[in-house]
Parts: sequence; structure tokens; C-alpha cells
Amino acid sequence: MTTLPIECQKTAKIRFTLNGEETDVSFVPYKTLLEVLREDLGHTGTKHGCELGECGACAVLLDGKPVLSCLVLGLECGGKQVLTVEGMGEDGKLHPLQDAFADLGAAQCGYCTPAILVTAKALLDQNPHPTRDQIRESISGNLCRCTGYLQIFEAVEAAMLKIADQKSSTT
Amino acid sequence: MPVEKDSRKAPIDAPKNIGDDLRVIGVPRRRVDARAKVTGQTRFADDIFLPRMAYCKLLRSPHPHARIKAIDTSRAAAHPGVYLVLTGKDVPIQYGILPVSQDEQALCVDRVRHVGDPVAAVIAREELTAFEALDLIGVDYEILATISDPEEALATPEPRIHEYGEEGNIHKFVALEFGNVEDGFAQADEIFEDTFFFQGNTHLPIEQHASVAIKDPDGKLTIWSSTQTPHYLHRALAKVLEMPAAHIRVIATPNGGGFGGKSDPFHHEIVVAKAALMLDRPIKICLTREEVFYCHRGRHPVLMKFKTGVKKDGAITGMHLQALIDGGAYGSYGVASTFYAGALQTTTYHIPRYRYQGCRTFTNKPPCGPKRGHGTPQPRFGQEVQLDKIAEKLKIDPAELRLRIVESSNAVTANFFRLGTVNLSECIRRLVKVSGWNEKFRKLPQGRGVGLACSAYLTGAGLPIYWNKMPHSGVQLKFDRSGGVSVFCGATEIGQGSDDVLAAIVAEVLGIDPFDIRLFTGDTDLGPVDLGSYSSRVTLMAGNAALQAAERGKSIIADAVSEKLEVPKERLRFAGRRVFDSGVPEKGLTFQEAVCLAEARFGTIGTVGSYTPPKSPALYKGGGVGPSPTYSYSAAVVEVEVNPVTGWVIVPRIWIAHDIGRALNPTLARGQVEGSVYMGLGEALMEEQEFRRLPKKLSHALVHKFPSILEYKSPTSLDMPEIITELIEEPDPRGPFGAKEVGQGPLLPIMPAVANAVYDAVGVRIDEIPVTAEKIMKALAEKKAGRDPRYGPTHFPEVHWPEALRIPPPWEGGDGNAVNDVPRREKRHREKEKVLAP
Repeated sequence: MTTLPIECQKTAKIRFTLNGEETDVSFVPYKTLLEVLREDLGHTGTKHGCELGECGACAVLLDGKPVLSCLVLGLECGGKQVLTVEGMGEDGKLHPLQDAFADLGAAQCGYCTPAILVTAKALLDQNPHPTRDQIRESISGNLCRCTGYLQIFEAVEAAMLKIADQKSSTT
Repeated sequence: MPVEKDSRKAPIDAPKNIGDDLRVIGVPRRRVDARAKVTGQTRFADDIFLPRMAYCKLLRSPHPHARIKAIDTSRAAAHPGVYLVLTGKDVPIQYGILPVSQDEQALCVDRVRHVGDPVAAVIAREELTAFEALDLIGVDYEILATISDPEEALATPEPRIHEYGEEGNIHKFVALEFGNVEDGFAQADEIFEDTFFFQGNTHLPIEQHASVAIKDPDGKLTIWSSTQTPHYLHRALAKVLEMPAAHIRVIATPNGGGFGGKSDPFHHEIVVAKAALMLDRPIKICLTREEVFYCHRGRHPVLMKFKTGVKKDGAITGMHLQALIDGGAYGSYGVASTFYAGALQTTTYHIPRYRYQGCRTFTNKPPCGPKRGHGTPQPRFGQEVQLDKIAEKLKIDPAELRLRIVESSNAVTANFFRLGTVNLSECIRRLVKVSGWNEKFRKLPQGRGVGLACSAYLTGAGLPIYWNKMPHSGVQLKFDRSGGVSVFCGATEIGQGSDDVLAAIVAEVLGIDPFDIRLFTGDTDLGPVDLGSYSSRVTLMAGNAALQAAERGKSIIADAVSEKLEVPKERLRFAGRRVFDSGVPEKGLTFQEAVCLAEARFGTIGTVGSYTPPKSPALYKGGGVGPSPTYSYSAAVVEVEVNPVTGWVIVPRIWIAHDIGRALNPTLARGQVEGSVYMGLGEALMEEQEFRRLPKKLSHALVHKFPSILEYKSPTSLDMPEIITELIEEPDPRGPFGAKEVGQGPLLPIMPAVANAVYDAVGVRIDEIPVTAEKIMKALAEKKAGRDPRYGPTHFPEVHWPEALRIPPPWEGGDGNAVNDVPRREKRHREKEKVLAP
């Protein structure tokens, strides 16, 4: 039974890479990655809608793959790479997905947005030219109650073109 | 350090053609709060972490109806890490969103009325500790009989769930008659009688409700909360905490979706406020998803009976609507919902005689309230499906039938609602064209079909919840020497884009960029009151207030610039961050210079604007629900594919036309339409808030069938059809730059259009929402057996309706008053005195 203040129970310690930065964190061992990120590391960009693995709002990338951070224990993440919405931009610039979501109305209330952004990033990292059906499939575990999803699909497609453009201009 | 490239559009240039079009309004733009949302920086209530913050958890009733005999909190209070345990006696004062239904308590004192009703609160150092301590609270309940639906409520007057209301377990009766409906039926060539049922469903915002309260250093109270209505929460807190409202500050954090589900003052908000005051430390609560399901306030289940008389050409001669409404355990917005269920039938089509009888009962389920479309989607479903049946019987195309009977712009309806612009005909015509209606209707192969339906919705409730003569929305502007402008307004951002509306309007008037504006919204201390994000009121009301404030500021600045440049004021133009002579565009100042000039000339520049809706001609009792400055109109065509073996429905395509007046930001307007279509499709096909009784040996409790997102089915990205959106833009002079609402209206035609399409596809009528595969299979079996190819309710129970208020419609010389009621003017005066009294 919990009796000690939380500071005294932070017996779990891990070192992992959070958004490209080596990070040490100690936390109460029962905490999920979601809780460690939000409560122990102040990364509140990752949201939650059920904490039961149903809504998809807490998705982050673990070693490049989308996971529901409410279903992953913090303790499982030692030595791993975690990417959250806070780590999407580079060199002070928004990621093309973020720009496209902002420009094309893909974020309304913005609550499901961080999870959908990282999930879409994982898709584009792995498959630079997904079809609309592949985009649909990739975010089918992320519920959005505002948009009706169509502007999200369009934003992913717009970002896909922009990323392809950037790649061809740098090579 | 590399600087983020400004990815917005380049700053708007000075105009090339003087007097040409708008530069911000009507241009698809990135919304002003978009960057915060895509970087995860939008601060929702649960993202707030404060030093010394403690956590609150609520103990909720496992019983649907019980008397609380005793509560023992001693073990919980002694649990290490627990700071405080509260029970009903600590916050006993009753409250509720409507003045007529102050029937809730933050923690139940002597009775629980539904599973999930809160009875105690624990505040502890950690959330987990608070959660553990809930188990240590002993509650002695005396189980009471439960009521599960309105028919049971009608048949079971005792025990009463509440000691107020009409009688027994009837919360509210409405009975209104506009003209002699029986005369109308006598004149009809055909009479149609149909019963429909619309199952309840819930908002399911992805953000769980959360609040953080603190006692300010000076002893006042501040609460951050995911609420759509900070003003009404402000009132409820002042009442329950017995504190001067002036000592309470409510900050509505951006809502992670609302849809009406965050419009009531909630238990948890009052509890954390009380605890923060007692403990003098920040207190946070975040509801679990299961708790969100039990808080509900969603769509009422409604059983309806429509009797409609028509001429051979389709003209309606009279309509009689009866609605039996399942209210759940508390009043919430229910009185308004009961009126709304009968209000808007007359706003789409000309109905010369209309009778409405509505009855809301209490049941031992979570309270129903306002969900997107508040009270109107259920009767809209019945009306539009019945029209489809009428069209078929009269052998008139359903689109053509509707075109013949559409109500006209600026009409005053039988129930005395003054309409604004009505472009429903244009919506229908456009839809018929883009959807290929004439090539598809009754012509697609078996199993595929199309259905059409129309609707209307308010652009803001014409009356406030607490009747008074004050504005419904206020805006203050502060003009800064930097060239920036700060906007202060109570309007609440719930994702719909209210911040962007304010910024766009102010930027347009002053000729600056929306990103030059700082917004301070949803804060009862900082901004003037805006009544909240409900009834699709913000764009028109806060928008008009912003427009007035901006015009006033512009006038002051123009006075100073006119004097300095020696150019007549009327010739000055504000655009491209400049103020200049429209005749000689080079002659001018930057906006920043102009503001400095005005400040030097007149002192600090600040302006205000406010908006009060026009007076409604509906003077009868109940006429306060339904009037609006103007109404939006929508029409939709839904295409379906129905599998005849499984009953499974696939929706490949939806066309929707929406009469929006003007789209202030077309990107967001389209998003609102598509989001409404999505939510309507969920209601049409799968979403239901259903309850079941546990077996007798397990308490016989009436529990939510599936209080989880996994089991409460809602459409995913894989279910979404292609949506073709047509915005019909004819500016309505009542709206800012001609804008009308878009957040709720486009949801309304989807459910009936789906049902009508299923009929076109496989020839069965599903007169019940949701239209599930199981219901289609049952109806197909009926069809195969040669019986009525239909699934839906077959009877409407006996209700002892009160005598209707009789209000002669305008064309019968009515003046908006009931002929059999005391003059409303006197009564209204008395009620107003009561509400305004401290």
C-alpha cells in the first residue's frame, strides 16, 4: 500500500533517448510511459483519452514504431528511443506534417493531434508514398471526434509531397 | 540558433485595388491557434501541474437508486497521504444549469439517482492514494426501486426520483398548439401517422473532463476547467460555495472536444474548488473514461409520433408531434431540450398549423442533456423520414417535394420564430446536381441506394439561460503602441475555432494580420461575459461584438490619422498593416504609427463591443426556446450499400450543402461540416448509450451497457466516406460579415438521409436510430414474409397531456401570445425580478 510520498518511491531509474536527447529519469515503478512522460518529464504534449489502450490519443514512437504509451511501462523503455510530438520539429522548424496539419485544418480541438502526428510520421518514415488507404489504415487506431478524418488524410498527403520535394532538392 | 521560418502566408500587402474584397475573411487560413495544437503546446486542463498540487477522486454510487443511510469516512481520512475527505454535507447547496432545475448536489447528501452519482471525494497527495482511499469509505445504502425508461416512469409515479417536476416522475410537459391542427387534418388529402425512436448517444470527447483549482494568494478562488460554459460554472460556484462571484475566477482551458458534454457545471468542478479553499493548495481532478460515460448529458432517447396532413401536391396542412423523452436522473438542460424537440419543425418547411406535445421523464440513468443539435436531431429524423414516405405515396420526388414546401427568407413561422436568410432551396438544388440525384434515386441496383434529408439549426439561442437584458457577448480591445491588438472575450475555444473567429474579424476591420492579435479568452476575470460555446452562438454573437469593438477602434484611429494627413475620414482605408488615403495609397501611416498617433491625441486606446439578439415575436410561455437571430440550413444526400445477407451498411459517399451565410475561414468551415457529418454518421449507424439491468442476484442495478470507448462504437478513419461539401454563401445581414452557424446544423440531416437511403437500397424502413445490421435483417425478414417491411416502434403510450397553450399563428392574426394564458408580459416581468435579485 502506498504510504510514502511519491519522491521516496521513485525507485525505478532508466536512461533512454527522448526526442534525440539522452535522458535519465527516476519514477515510481508502476508508472506507464505516458505517466513518466507527462508527470516526471513534463512532456505534456502526449495526451490521454482512456488510459486503457482504446482511443489512441497517447501514441508515441518507441524505436520508431507507434505504441500506445498508456500500455507501455516506463521500465520497459530503458535504452530505447522515444519520440513525442515535442520532438517532431527540427532546427526550430515544424515538421512538414505539423505544417500541413496546421494549414489544412487537420487539428480542430488538437487533443488527438499529437498522437496522429507521430503515427503519421512513422508511416511516412517507413513508406514515403502511402496511398490514401494506407493512410487510413495507419491512423485507424487513433480516434478523432472533431474532424471526420478527411482533412487529416489530406494533410498527410500534403506533407508526403513536401517531404518528397525536400528530399529531391537535397539530393 | 536557427530561427523558425515563418510558414504563414507572407504579410498581406497593401491593396492593389482600392475598395476590393476582404483580405482575411473568406480566405482559407491556418487558424491562429494551430501552431500550439500541432506542437502539443495547447494547455488542456490536465496538462496543468502546479507546485504542492494534490489529487482528487470521487466515490460514485454503484446503485441506480438508493437512499444514503450513513457514510463512514474515518478509515479513508486516516489513510496515509490523504488530506481531506468530503461528503455531501460539505457542499449541500443545490445547483444546476437551468434556474428551473437546480436539482444537483456536488456530492449526494441523502439519495443517489443513477450509477455514477458521486457520494464522496478524497483528496490526497497522489492520485493513486486518493483512488485507494475510495475503497476505505463505507456507505450504507438502502436500495430503492428503479425506473429504466419513460414508459416505466409514466406507469410508476412513486417513488419519485425528484420531489419537483410536473407530477410523479414526469419532469416536464410542453403542450403548444399554433392554429387548429384538426382543421388542418380535415383539409388534408392524405394523413400520415408514424412512430419513430431515436436511441440516446453520447459526446465522447477524447479529452476526459479535468479541473484544477487553487486558492489565490489573496484568498480568492481560481479554477481551470475543461468547460464550454465558464460563465455558468462561475454562477454555480458562487452559489454552492457561497462566495461573491467577484472572488471567483473561472478559466476555461481549451476543450479537447466538447460537443455539448462540457456545458453543465459538474460535481468535480465544485468539489476541487471547495477542497482548494479548505486545503489552500492546488487540487486537480481528471475523470476516468468510465466516469465521462456516467457524466453523460448526451442525446436524449426520444420516442416520437408524427401525424402530418398533406395536400396532393405535397403542401402540409397541419402537423402534430408527440415526443416522449428519457431525461435520466437530473434536469440538466432537459427543460430546454423538451422545448427544442418541438421547436424547429416549422423552420424548414411551411407548416400552417402545428401542435407539439412533449414529455420528459426522470429515469435512473445518467442525465441527458445537450449534444450537438440539442433536442432537434431526434424529431428531425422522424420528420425527414416521414417526408420520404409522403413523397413516395404522393409519387413526388423527395427533392422536388421539399422544394415545393421550403419556408421563405424572413418568414415568421407558425410558432413565431423570425427566420433570417433561408437558402434551403439552393442547398437542395445544388445537391441534386452534384450528387447526380436524378440518375440515382430509385435507379441504383438492388442493395445500393441514395437518401435525402434537410434540416435547420439556430445561430445562437435568442435568450440567455438567466433572463436579463444584458448582452450575450462582449469584447474588449486594447490597442498597443507595438501595433498589436489584444482581444478580451469570454468566448470559449472548444476546437470549433472561436479564437480564430475573433482574430479574423478584428484583423479584417483593422487591416492587420490575425497573427498580430493576442487573444485572452474563456477567462471570467479578463474578458467580458460571453455566455459560452453552446447553441452555435459564438461566431454570430462574439463575432458581432468583436466587429463593433473593432469598428469603434478603427474610428478613433481614423480620427487621429485624418487630422494628421488632412484626409477626410471616409477616405481612409485600413489594410496591409497600414492606414492610408484610398485615393492616394502611398499617402499613409503604418498601423503602428497610426495607433501611436491616436494614443498621443486621445490617450490610451481601448474599445468595447457587445451583442444582444433581437427581440423575438414569440411571447408565449416556452417561446424563449427556439428563437435565434438567424438559422442555418443543410441538405444531405447519403449513398449506401446494404449487404442483403448480413444487413451491413457501407456508406461510400455523402454530399452535403450548407447554407452558412459566409464562411469566415473556409478551411475551418469545411472542417465543421465534415466533423458534423462524421458525428451524424456515427449516430446513424452505431453509437448508442444503452443500459441494462444486472441480474437480480447482482443487485438488479441499471448499468451502462458499455462505458468504454472500445465497446461504444464510433466511426474510425476506416469508416469515413468521401464527403463532398458545398457551402452556400449568401451573406446574412444579421451575422458578422454575413456569417451563420456551421458547427451543428450539418449533423442533422445525416441520420434521416441514411435511413432513407437504406429504404432506397433494400426497400425496408428502419424507423429507429441507430440503423444497425440487426434491425435491417429483421425488417428484411418481415419483407420476405410479406409483412410490413419495417423496423421501429409500433405504439406511443398513453400520456395525460395538459391542455395546450393555444397561440394563433401570424396568418390568423396572432400576436405571439397564447389566448388561454395570463398575459406573459406581466409574468415575465416578475420572473426577471426574481432572477436578477441577488
